[in-house]
Amino acid sequence: MSVRDRRLPLLTAGLLAALTTAACSSADAGSGAASGGGESADTVAVAATDDACDVASSELPAGTHSFAVTNSGDQVTEFYVYAEGDRVMGEVENIAPGLTRELLVELPAGSYQTACKPGMDGDGIRGDLTVTGEARSLSEDETLARASAEYQRYVQSQTGALLEQTTAFVDAVEAGDVEGAKALYPVARTYWERIEPVAEVFGDLDPLIDGREGDQAEGEDLTGFHRIEQALWVGGTTEGMTPYADQLLTDVQQIVELADDTTLDPLQLANGAKALLDEIATGKITGEEDRYSHTDLWDFAANLEGSEAAVQALRPHLEETDPDLVAEIDERFAATEAELGQYRTEGGWTLHDQLTEDQLRGLSDSVTALSESVSQVAAAVAHE
Amino acid sequence: MTEPTADQPAAPQRPGLSRRRLFGALGAGTAGVLAAGTAGGVVGRATADGPAGGAHASGAAPTDAVPFHGEHQAGIVTPAQDRLHFVALDVTTDSREDLVALLQDWTAAARRMTAGQDAGEVGAVDGDRYAPPDDTGEAIGLPPSGLTLTVGFGPTLFTTADGRDRFGLAVRRPAPLVELPSFPGDQIDPAISGGDLCIQACANDPQVAVHAVRNLVRIGAGVVSVRWSQLGFGRTSSTSNGQATPRNLFGFKDGTANLKAENGSTLDRFVWVGDDDADWLRGGSYLVTRRIRMLIEPWDSSSLDEQQRTIGRTKGTGAPLGQRAEFDPVDFTTRVDGEFAIPETSHVFLAHPTNAGTAILRRGYSFVDGSDGLGRLDAGLFFIAFQRDPGTGFVQVQRNLRRDALNEYVRHTSSAVFACPPGVRDPADWWGRALLSG
Repeated sequence: MSVRDRRLPLLTAGLLAALTTAACSSADAGSGAASGGGESADTVAVAATDDACDVASSELPAGTHSFAVTNSGDQVTEFYVYAEGDRVMGEVENIAPGLTRELLVELPAGSYQTACKPGMDGDGIRGDLTVTGEARSLSEDETLARASAEYQRYVQSQTGALLEQTTAFVDAVEAGDVEGAKALYPVARTYWERIEPVAEVFGDLDPLIDGREGDQAEGEDLTGFHRIEQALWVGGTTEGMTPYADQLLTDVQQIVELADDTTLDPLQLANGAKALLDEIATGKITGEEDRYSHTDLWDFAANLEGSEAAVQALRPHLEETDPDLVAEIDERFAATEAELGQYRTEGGWTLHDQLTEDQLRGLSDSVTALSESVSQVAAAVAHE
Repeated sequence: MTEPTADQPAAPQRPGLSRRRLFGALGAGTAGVLAAGTAGGVVGRATADGPAGGAHASGAAPTDAVPFHGEHQAGIVTPAQDRLHFVALDVTTDSREDLVALLQDWTAAARRMTAGQDAGEVGAVDGDRYAPPDDTGEAIGLPPSGLTLTVGFGPTLFTTADGRDRFGLAVRRPAPLVELPSFPGDQIDPAISGGDLCIQACANDPQVAVHAVRNLVRIGAGVVSVRWSQLGFGRTSSTSNGQATPRNLFGFKDGTANLKAENGSTLDRFVWVGDDDADWLRGGSYLVTRRIRMLIEPWDSSSLDEQQRTIGRTKGTGAPLGQRAEFDPVDFTTRVDGEFAIPETSHVFLAHPTNAGTAILRRGYSFVDGSDGLGRLDAGLFFIAFQRDPGTGFVQVQRNLRRDALNEYVRHTSSAVFACPPGVRDPADWWGRALLSG
């Protein structure tokens, strides 16, 4: 991540407070408008295995529903509820074999798909889900408010995993487990890189967590993920890293708290979606982000998913105002994912230093094209 | 045609309508501008169609516009401008529809930019504040500067290197459009050679040329990928009798005996594709590029006599050896002290139409791409030639240069060939229409 450039405009404390307040009210307005009903008391059981994804009900009334996902397979799995265009309505990740995890998601009337992803890979095992109830068309303001609320839900679905995986990473570092820490490093970063637009709002924490060597002012120490990355890959050691690991966890805990309560406005979502693609172009394709571990494609994939989540939150609005743009963006996200998909390996991604110039060019071309399209989103949501 | 030369620096006598002035004038709606038309495009065209334009017009200032529409593409016999930005691109989609849309979008943007306007309809600073501008802005306030944009289609557009006919064009590939053969001494780097498409941008202001390529490449996102590009900073050929012969980086005048815009029937014979080739290409031309690295340091430390005998002309006036003035006839029978004045291994002897048996229109540019890892100047000539058929044009000339003494001082490091379609006729026409709409 770039530390001092291209950050979303920093918010003053007062503005931030106002934003957060507005966030709560708009989220409330969103759920009230859409559901037409209150909390749903029932729990929908999901039986997930390595080759099945049985959702107890394929028809639900509009409202908030709880999915209890039990993983009886051998692989770690994920569960998603998708709206049209694979817009994530809710997701729960890292469900280890034998565990049950719960997903609370608000579903307005419409057609959805459920998906289990054993191995946390690919399109998943899909099923149709129809939600019935009073469907009324939303005003443009309501659509945009729902976009913000929806993206906030996405952020909240990521912060839990971010905290969990960062804790595991920090534990491995403090236990002196170099190989374990190396394996966890790109995984923890995935959740961080997905929600960068919101993380970057908190300008002072961002460089502490994700600053790169050379970004610091004179006298400032390199801290965070990349400090530990350097020790693990260059030094092959965790020696002296405990204070940095402790600080990283404290900083991540703080940003998770702040992020959970922050709602980005639609313009910030649009700009955040573009900023994530810029991150890919300037940091990941160049190999600058993870210069010691070369795990840049993990971050690439995470940035791409985060960007798509932000765009998809705005999708209902864009479909009204600029359907051609939506079609182009869909096509180009798919093209970039296909390009990136070539470098998926067992449990991860090809290391950056093993990619050829031609392969990097292919990735770069697809991101450049996608970026041109996503750059048109801000103006499309700014016009009320 | 007054071109700035060392002896005759040309002041911008009659600057064209600048971008900023154009938009300012439109905003103000002054009577003079309105008289020319009500839309930006019309105003731009008025500028371009004025007495300034045209390969054969006299008195054009270096800042003026060159007409975009015509029987032939501009940038071929147009008096060679001072600056070049050449780019070769690969098409990354298999969609013919996307390719057609791109060529149409490119044509519209080129029409505007060659008239001194912004790349997009809205402009660099007049758009939505939340949207990226549809022009990148670095040419704001700059005149058209003689900008020409010339497009060509490479052999791989018709059939890919692995034999795929992506766009249903294989049957329409003109027979002469094949990859160039390799020549003795070639050190061709495939990474900076070939390409499905090319754009040659020439202008008298480097920023105008770079602006044009940058904006066209941006428009092409998702459809094309830049394969390689080359900047050139000084023309090395005259393509018109009105131009003084420039010097290349060897310090010699280059292009004295070039084909010139004024040689109408000769151009038809050697440059323009006639009715014996693909229909869609009639009025077009084949473009060959070669990046020729000059081995500057050994050249600089060779004697004046060696340099002159290598080229076959005097370094001062450019006269053929044994003659007095630049344009004195090249006489290969003249002897000095019993030996031929122009050595049989000299570049002029072997390349001259008399001995090569053919002629090509050269339009190359000097380049300096910094220095190499050993501190030597990475410099030379980005050779560009237009011809009616590469086989009887560049290939024939280059084969004749096998014994050229100059080979000791040059290395060809990139190579490409493109078929440039005929000119865009009118505002409804677009680059490649005859090829792709049939």
